Amino acid sequence: MNYKYRVGCSIENLKGVRDFIRKSLKAHHVPDLEISEMVLALDEMCSNLMIHAHHCNANDLFELRIIIDKDKPYIIFELVDDGTVFDINEFCEPSIDNIVHQKRKGGLGIRLVKSIMDKIEYKASQGQTVCRLTKNINK
Amino acid sequence: MIHIKRLQEDGADVIAIIGEIDASSSIELDLAIAKSVGEGYEKILVDCSALEYISSAGLGVFMSYIDEFKDKKIAMVLYGMSDKVANTFQILGLDELLHIAKDKSEAKAMINELQV
Repeated sequence: MNYKYRVGCSIENLKGVRDFIRKSLKAHHVPDLEISEMVLALDEMCSNLMIHAHHCNANDLFELRIIIDKDKPYIIFELVDDGTVFDINEFCEPSIDNIVHQKRKGGLGIRLVKSIMDKIEYKASQGQTVCRLTKNINK
Repeated sequence: MIHIKRLQEDGADVIAIIGEIDASSSIELDLAIAKSVGEGYEKILVDCSALEYISSAGLGVFMSYIDEFKDKKIAMVLYGMSDKVANTFQILGLDELLHIAKDKSEAKAMINELQV
C-alpha cells in the first residue's frame, strides 16, 4: 500500500504532515509508540527540508510517500523534492554537552532521526532527489 | 495548535502546555519560560499532562535553559508526561539531564529538594 501527501514548505503545515503519517500507519495496526517515533523522525526531516532547503516558502512543494507492504517487516518513507539536498549522513551532529553549553536550540533533530530510523539513503532521479528512510517494525 | 497557561502556586510558577510543540510553536514555550525567569521565579513547574507531542524544537528549548538555571539557581521540574512524550525525552537521554516527575505532588516534592 502506498500513501502520498504533497505539502507546501511552511512550518505551519507540519501538523498536517504528522496527522497524515499517524492516520496512514494506524490503518496498518502499527503500535502507537512506534507510530509516535516515526512521526517524530519525519517531522524533523520535513521541518529541515522546509526551513533549510526552501526557506519556509509555502509555494514550494515536496511529496511525502509511505510504502507499506504487509509481508515486509519494515516501512519505507520517501521525501521527494527538487530542492537542494542536505544529506544528514554527512552531518556530524553536536554532542548533547555542546548543545547544553552553547545554549543551542537546534542540533537535536538529526540525532533523533538517526536514533529512530534504521536506514537513511539518498538518490537522485529525473531531476528530483529522493530521501528514503527505512524503519524496521516488530510484527 | 498550542496554548500555554501560567499560574502561581506555593511560590512556584506553573507553566501548563496544552497541545503540540513543533518548529512552528516552540517559540511560545521559549517566551513563557523567559517570562517566568524575567519575573524572578526560582521554582518553575512545567505541567505536561496536556502536552500531546513535542519535537526536537521543543526539547531544544528546555535544553537551552539548563546552564542558565544552574547559574541563577533556578529549579525546573516537568511532570505529567504521557508515555509517548516521555519516550521522546528518553530517546536522546534528556530524561537524565532534566528533572522529570510523575505527577504534580512528586514534582513539588522534587523542586523543594532541588532548592535546598
